[in-house]
Amino acid sequence: MSLLEIRDYRLAFDTFDGTVHVLDGIDLSLGAGETLGIVGETGCGKSVLARSLLRLNESPPARVVSGAILFEGEDVLALPEAAMRRLRGRRIAMVFQDPASYLNPLLAIGTQMEDAIRGQEAALGGAVRPRRAIRAQAAGLLASVGLAEPQRLLASHPHQLSGGMRQRVLIAMALAGGPALLVADEPTTALDVTVQAQVLALIAGLVAEKGLALMLISHDLGVVTASCARVAVMYAGTVVEEAPTASLLARPMHPYAQGLIVAVPDLDNPAHKPRGIPGSIPNLLTPPAGCRFHPRCDRASEICRSTKPALRALAPDHRVACHHAEAS
Amino acid sequence: MLVYLLRRIALAGLMLFGLVCLTFAIANLAPSDPAALAAGPDAGRSQIEQVRREYGLDRPLPEQFLRYVSDLVQGEFGRSVATGRSVGRDLARYFPATLELCLVAMAFGMVAGISLGMLSALFKDRWLDHVTRIFAVSGIALPPFWFGLLLQLGFAAWLGWLPTSGRIGVSTDPGDPITGLLLVDSLLRGNGPLFVQCLSYIALPALVLSLPCLASILRVNRSEMVEALRADYITAARAHGVSRWRLVTVHALKNAMLPTLAIIGLRWGWMMSSTVLVETVFDWPGIGLYAVSSAIAGDFKPVMGVTLIIGLNFMLVNLIVDLLYGVLDPRLRHA
Amino acid sequence: MAVSRGLRLAAWQLGRSFASMLGLALVAVIVVLALIGPWIVPYPDDVEGAVRLAGKLQPPSAAHWFGTDEVGNDVLTRTIIGARLSLLVGIGITLAAAAIGVPLGILAGTAGGRVREIIMRLTDLFLSVPGLVLAIALVAALGAGIVNAMIALVLVWWPGYVRLAESKALSIREEAYIEAARVAGAPRLRILWRHVLPNSISPIIVKMSMDIGQAILAVASLGFIGLGAKPPTPEWGAMISIARGYLPDWWWYAIFPGAFIYASVLGFNLLGDGLRDILDPRSNRG
Repeated sequence: MSLLEIRDYRLAFDTFDGTVHVLDGIDLSLGAGETLGIVGETGCGKSVLARSLLRLNESPPARVVSGAILFEGEDVLALPEAAMRRLRGRRIAMVFQDPASYLNPLLAIGTQMEDAIRGQEAALGGAVRPRRAIRAQAAGLLASVGLAEPQRLLASHPHQLSGGMRQRVLIAMALAGGPALLVADEPTTALDVTVQAQVLALIAGLVAEKGLALMLISHDLGVVTASCARVAVMYAGTVVEEAPTASLLARPMHPYAQGLIVAVPDLDNPAHKPRGIPGSIPNLLTPPAGCRFHPRCDRASEICRSTKPALRALAPDHRVACHHAEAS
Repeated sequence: MLVYLLRRIALAGLMLFGLVCLTFAIANLAPSDPAALAAGPDAGRSQIEQVRREYGLDRPLPEQFLRYVSDLVQGEFGRSVATGRSVGRDLARYFPATLELCLVAMAFGMVAGISLGMLSALFKDRWLDHVTRIFAVSGIALPPFWFGLLLQLGFAAWLGWLPTSGRIGVSTDPGDPITGLLLVDSLLRGNGPLFVQCLSYIALPALVLSLPCLASILRVNRSEMVEALRADYITAARAHGVSRWRLVTVHALKNAMLPTLAIIGLRWGWMMSSTVLVETVFDWPGIGLYAVSSAIAGDFKPVMGVTLIIGLNFMLVNLIVDLLYGVLDPRLRHA
Repeated sequence: MAVSRGLRLAAWQLGRSFASMLGLALVAVIVVLALIGPWIVPYPDDVEGAVRLAGKLQPPSAAHWFGTDEVGNDVLTRTIIGARLSLLVGIGITLAAAAIGVPLGILAGTAGGRVREIIMRLTDLFLSVPGLVLAIALVAALGAGIVNAMIALVLVWWPGYVRLAESKALSIREEAYIEAARVAGAPRLRILWRHVLPNSISPIIVKMSMDIGQAILAVASLGFIGLGAKPPTPEWGAMISIARGYLPDWWWYAIFPGAFIYASVLGFNLLGDGLRDILDPRSNRG
């Protein structure tokens, strides 16, 4: 049994203009200790999917239409709030995009870490430990993410830290509960390029060391392929291709995934001309019928306009949702 | 932090000087002749002139202003032309009653306003939220003098639960003032029955006075809490498994308290100025009633004295709020 | 298309909110009463204070819905006529304050430098004393009466508009399109007129809607403590001031005029709240 299994998950947002079909039939699974990258353009629903695992989407407007998210065999979507709290941070932890806005500006780092640790303990219903023990654990966590002088750091406030340090603090907080799955939603997007590599290396190191499963979300194909064994490509609320990283890079089968790979400049091969994908992402209020990519696809035919392609395996572990993709 | 503090204090001092100028300007804008008023209705021309000299009203304006300022520095607010009494001494006598009323009203307004605001934000768009929002707008729209009369009618005249007006029973001796606040004095003396009596007298006026303040605090706190609960750092704290109680009462409330503090500072000044209405309705012997009776008699000095006292209070409270901002917000503290 | 969607969205938001609709209804009733009051009141003679001592202080009845006052005047008649006075005074004070404050604020926000410094310090000075006390001090100096009360309230009210307009003008000054217009060589007045004013107008409209209610309340307050309108002028605050002496036995005399003050202030506040949710959603509520 896999650690995480998402089955035909559909999510809609109810707004004044109508219902936005944000996620349309997501099927994904992740085993313990595996790493999965999710890549796609802004607005393709990847962050909404990540938040769904911890049920963090504000509802309303968010509304689950159908499907299940099974984590360790339990349906996250059906859990009562109290059981959900036992999951958050303790089994599934999350790292966010912009560390500046995800730390409370008015509370000391130490207070926020203490609260995260205490939250885990309260959910477990164990005895309340003395504050000193909690502080020591917090300092240990900060040291484990490579931050120097953890004691001094505990007393400081978020605005006194650099972006990279803040992200490390958030990662330390995410690890407080000893989770089985780490969800990282664009963890490096808001950081300087030099810091990005350090943070990615830190995440990869922690994942390997603690045997965590990782779901890494990014719009940057390079970030995802560097850190994950498998990659899923999302487009307009659907998964269009899912494959082992090497296989996807070598032989992308979905026209959108092919476009995505061609769009990345290749520094080793100056002859390669990066090329964009014509058109823009569809309005999800009135998504195109059939394959959601067909208005931008040069291979689109009648069947693409009428029938939604299913995700089918064309090679071992390599699944594609395209009527025209063929196994070779 | 020290620079911030010093700048705030310097600014408050400057505003205080401006306030003194403003009251002086208003006093001299009057079309009526204070000397004639002081001399009485039967006074002849020479008597009026004599009064004018006595009060220094015949001197050129800049000289009068300098005297006004130097008197104020010595705590001398001038003399009431109607009663001949020292305004400074009158203010010292009436101010504790107003302060007591405002403190009780503010304490109630803060506790009720902040907790209702939090509840309203937590149950946003549910019936509790709708009820508290309509209540909040009502609190600002209710004419305090009319609401006071209604309460007198209901709780004093019809139900007979509480006294109609005044600060203490006519035949009750409060003893020599220690702090001047009867509630505190009665507690210090361990006089339980007196404390209860004072409480019964202060309940209605304090309720009326607190209502607009309560409503404002509620509105600001609600919208700030709604904002804070939507913030990214709350999402992150939730994802880390922080308990809902702690999220609301510490993580969100601390952020919502900054704007709420600002409105509390503003409301303190407005509350003091509303005492002119509430004290009139409830015959509460404070500076509000003093200002109204003097204003009707055309007696400026007391009105100016009350204006200065309330302005000074307003400034002090806003200074305190600014300092609290520094304590609450580490970004300001380290800047 | 874009405009019609915006309008539909505004109407949807306003209509969805019970509070806003209640505000709109209350304001509509007060405005209608103010407009047609003199033609619908049952006892037009009572407006200027006819004396009918035989029928004084009668409780509410079919002939006198709100009862009669101490000289036998119909309280309903005088309360309805009071709507006209209060509305006129409330709108007058608000318009005058905005007419002084908004241009000064925009000037301060766009001119900067010494001009801004002088205007803003003066504004701060006036805002350093709570409004009602300052108004009482001014009325005490000018002499009691409805006109002086209005002058005093305008003098107290304008600085609020300077603050608002200045902050709006300042923030808009930083916007890219103003920069673009300036670079393109548009004259300053034209920039003010075409860009700054329209973009700061919605919070000003919201504030004006709220302030009409607050001005009505302030005038009634001054009337109540005896510094505003003088009897027999049918002004709500002044009526309650006299009626206070007839409590608790003749309760209706004070209840009804007060209920009208409450209803009209509530109406303008709810309406202002609703408008703010639509026009200026990110602003703070006080």
